[in-house]
Amino acid sequence: MTKAHIEANHLEKAYGKIKAVDGVSFGVQRGQCFGLLGPNGAGKTTTIEMMEGIIPPSSGEVLFCGEPLSKESQHKIGIQFQNTSLQDFLTVRECLDLFSNLYRHTRSKAELIDLCSLEDFLDRDNRKLSGGQRQRLLLALALINDPELVFLDEPTTGLDPQARRNLWTLVEKIKSEGKSIILTTHYMEEAYALCDEIAIMDKGKIIAQGAPKELLKLYFEGQYIEIPESDLQGKKPEIFNYPFHRKGENIEFHVPDVKLALAELITQDISLNHMSVRSASLEDLFLHLTGKDLRE
Amino acid sequence: MKKFLALLGARNKEYIRDRGSMAWGLLFPFLIIFGFSFAFSGKNQDVFKVAVHRPAEAMTQSLTSDFLKTQYIRFFDTDNLDAAVAKLRRHQIDMLVTLEPSPKYWINSSSPKGYILEKIITGQKTSHGEPFSKEIVEGREIRYVDWLMAGLLSMNIMFSSLFGVGYVIVRYRKSGVLRRIKATPVSAFEFLAAQVASRFLLILATSAVVLAGCRLFVDFQMFGSYLNLFLVLSLGALCLISMALVVASRVASEEFAGGILNILTWPMMLFSGVWFSLEGTNPVLQKVAQVFPLTHMVDASRAIMTEGAGLAEIGGHLTILATLAVVFMAASSILFRWE
Repeated sequence: MTKAHIEANHLEKAYGKIKAVDGVSFGVQRGQCFGLLGPNGAGKTTTIEMMEGIIPPSSGEVLFCGEPLSKESQHKIGIQFQNTSLQDFLTVRECLDLFSNLYRHTRSKAELIDLCSLEDFLDRDNRKLSGGQRQRLLLALALINDPELVFLDEPTTGLDPQARRNLWTLVEKIKSEGKSIILTTHYMEEAYALCDEIAIMDKGKIIAQGAPKELLKLYFEGQYIEIPESDLQGKKPEIFNYPFHRKGENIEFHVPDVKLALAELITQDISLNHMSVRSASLEDLFLHLTGKDLRE
Repeated sequence: MKKFLALLGARNKEYIRDRGSMAWGLLFPFLIIFGFSFAFSGKNQDVFKVAVHRPAEAMTQSLTSDFLKTQYIRFFDTDNLDAAVAKLRRHQIDMLVTLEPSPKYWINSSSPKGYILEKIITGQKTSHGEPFSKEIVEGREIRYVDWLMAGLLSMNIMFSSLFGVGYVIVRYRKSGVLRRIKATPVSAFEFLAAQVASRFLLILATSAVVLAGCRLFVDFQMFGSYLNLFLVLSLGALCLISMALVVASRVASEEFAGGILNILTWPMMLFSGVWFSLEGTNPVLQKVAQVFPLTHMVDASRAIMTEGAGLAEIGGHLTILATLAVVFMAASSILFRWE
């Protein structure tokens, strides 16, 4: 196996008696988009902040290109924080100027403005940007030193669906430039769409790791059939020999073979007018692994 | 250097565009000066003050004059003739009298009280029967606003330094600006140096504007060198900015920082001699006041402005300010945390 671009080895971070991160280890290959998934408080942000060198680990180590993190490695790393502010009264253009002067090697500002679509609000005070515009600016600042590795900490949290899709497109472009990306998110579809490999975190530990499709294949067989409970015409869901759970007013069956399951439903004279069939998602995986919903 | 200049420029823009803070920093000293200029524009109380010079080597301790027994005149002894003449020039006393080696009196040609005292002393003689000869000195009266100028300039610098650096760094820490800068190759030293330099330059610029404005509108008196005054203000600003860095080194709550800054600024504002002279106050208070950087800044700048003091005369104050600045800078560099 090739040497990881960045690797976390047995990382731990404790605040008093609470372990925010508890023995996390993983490696990210060059050019890979790696996703850290988990609910709020799972330890994702603490993990990547240790990998960014922002907070020191209680124990364990981070190796970047096989070496411990140093001030020098910050020239090769780009970071987009989950919660951050820029200096007041500075326009977008001035923020770009400021940050470009903090690095030895920088990317062309014109290229960055074009990549992150900043041209429409270049002279606007950074405090007066919309959520999507702000995230694009923060991403531009993360890319200003043309980094080899980019950390994106929940880049789409709080954005509307369109802004989120736009940011995904932008992340795809960064990926296509061959940069390594470490992304944290609690949006499963985001991780599924963008990441080559994911690690699911809960309570400070990694509980599953792998390529999204492989993980789903490993843990799930079959499909989900969802039917309104009222369409069962008084029949109890237990009469079908499939595991199920309630989703509001609907019942969702987990079936190994859709064709057989549908035949059985038809035999039982169940209306299929409001039925839907879907494959297992990362959300299901998280539920399966932890017994709780990702957004709880 | 590129990083330093970028951070310096960004901080300057932030300050200059924050019109509220900028206006307050400039208007506050003007308002105080104009307020006091107006409040103390009336005549001083009618007490005649006469300094009696008695040289240490006075030959005849019994030598006196009936003039020195005149009622409703406050006589006090001095052994420093030059200092007494300087006070007369500034109207801090109304007449100076000496009996030895030959009886003589000095009055300020522009002092109405001096004119009246001259009417009284004319024709008087010493107990040895010698008449007084006359000496004239020139000089404008030192008004309260003239005396206050040094204190107000220094106080304005104190507020600008402590709140402009201390509070701002705490706000940066709380809002995540520091964390964002920490993620770049900028060192803590480069970041702090830029903050110090930015505030230092802006303090000097605003002090120059305030001085020029007050000179124009209040016409305060300046007996010393502006260069020396700016040296004192610069050293004082550096000392107070460094003190602010110590406060801001770890605190992440604006409310807590505000409390600490108020605890520091209020005693200095009240007991550093900004508003009133500490002479005659409780000796313990006078000793405590010597710990405050503002006391040394006020005393040194006031000595330059109202007494024309040179660097040699204020050397002690400069040494203390420089020492405190170094101590505060060292402490802040040890204590500082980005988060």
